[in-house]
Amino acid sequence: MFALRAVRAVRAVRAGARASERPQRGRRALAVALAAGSIAIALAGCSPIEPWVKPYQREHLADPIMSFDRHPASSAYLDHVYSVRQAARGGTGATGGGCGCN
Amino acid sequence: MGDRARGGPRGCGRAWLILALCALYSTPTLTGVLPEDTAEVLVDHYSGDDQKVEGRTWLIRKKFADAFDVQYSRSTDVVSGASVAVRITGASPYIEQRTEDNVSMQYLRGKTTYTVGFIHSYEPDYTSNTTTYSISQDMFGDLTTVSMTYKREWDAIFKMIKECGVAQSPCPDSDFVKVHDPAFGRKQMDERSYGFGVTQILSRNAILAINYDLITDEGFISNPYRAARYLDPTVARGWSLEPEVYPGTRTSNAIGGDIKYYLPYRAALDLQYRYYQDTFSIHSHTVQLSYTQPWRHWTFDASARYYVQNQADFYSDLFPFAGSQNFVSGNQDLSAYHSYSFGLGATYQFGIPHVSWIERSTANIRYDRLMTDYQNFRYWLATDPAAGINPGEEPLFSLRANIYEFYLSLWF
Repeated sequence: MFALRAVRAVRAVRAGARASERPQRGRRALAVALAAGSIAIALAGCSPIEPWVKPYQREHLADPIMSFDRHPASSAYLDHVYSVRQAARGGTGATGGGCGCN
Repeated sequence: MGDRARGGPRGCGRAWLILALCALYSTPTLTGVLPEDTAEVLVDHYSGDDQKVEGRTWLIRKKFADAFDVQYSRSTDVVSGASVAVRITGASPYIEQRTEDNVSMQYLRGKTTYTVGFIHSYEPDYTSNTTTYSISQDMFGDLTTVSMTYKREWDAIFKMIKECGVAQSPCPDSDFVKVHDPAFGRKQMDERSYGFGVTQILSRNAILAINYDLITDEGFISNPYRAARYLDPTVARGWSLEPEVYPGTRTSNAIGGDIKYYLPYRAALDLQYRYYQDTFSIHSHTVQLSYTQPWRHWTFDASARYYVQNQADFYSDLFPFAGSQNFVSGNQDLSAYHSYSFGLGATYQFGIPHVSWIERSTANIRYDRLMTDYQNFRYWLATDPAAGINPGEEPLFSLRANIYEFYLSLWF
């Protein structure tokens, strides 16, 4: 009877120990993953990322017709025309002020 | 033991600092690029819905000390006539001038560009001051540019009323002057805007820009001249007006994407999309397709834009009775509608003889046609119970506007 209780007590203690180890194992795994990830990022950071479009391959992108804002005064004016007559605002990268909306 | 315990974490901290610096230092430091020196003069004209707006803008942008760029622009709009919002409240046509000064400075350090700006806009009944701060960083071999912007705006709103400038009754038309309505006083509206943008080179021929803006307003965000209408059986036409009441705050989110593609025969195709939503329960979609075609000294532009939105949850074209809701609005801009616009532009590049400091110059002309069809905003003035047109049965309102621009651009 005492032996059976002792075996149960030992099992209970081991189960408790395993349960208390689980979070520690999880934390260790997380720490290892974070360290590995940081080292990978750091190593990638120390070696420059190779651009897949080289500077000498950007002649088309440098053409003025590819500019997002070829005529800033005109695009600011049209943005103002729309923003005072429609509810939507923002999301276009443009900046303006004032109302002019009566 | 004590030294080891203190020294251990310190040593580890150094290692993490080095790793973190390596992670940040992802590209070799080269120099970014500031915009070209530019000067522009723009003349614009808007006409639609019995309203005309004549505008003038000039802009100059200049680099100095290799790392700085300063830009200044001044715009003046003269608004005349009476839009539908003015006509339905019974106000008379008016002439009003709006002036906007916009100054900004950029500082380039390595691949980082810092920008500060200030905008002042003045109308007799609306004054606005805006400060902007932004930072942008080129990275990954200049394939990617990330930018963040913060904007803070302070507005003061007044209401203008007509007052006779002489002690004479009846007052001669020439002696009416517009003054601030003391009963309305001075209202304030503050706005904060947080922006985040990424520009990404996708291939040798394609570039993508994504912009997100969170804008929040607080204060008087209504319009002192606009009104809501409600059914009123005590008057012959069957409806009356009540002042608009808006919530005290408004927060909006907008995300837009813009992809530009270089076609094989030297032309550019541009597709833009924007999704917008705000705390008024408005959702909207904007799609724009643009095409640019150079030909000898000319560059031609064509664009088509489509915009659609649903109504704000406190908007109605006709409320059942006065004070039927906490918040009421009859503003057509908050109704449900869709809008199309089509634009055509032409640019002619020319040289200016004997002026060697001007690298190139262009003369530009552009025309846009804006067509908006409102789905639940009716032309209130068409009510005529005698002819069988009762309140709520008037024809739906539509806006047709023409926008002309002529401008000169110089690069030096």
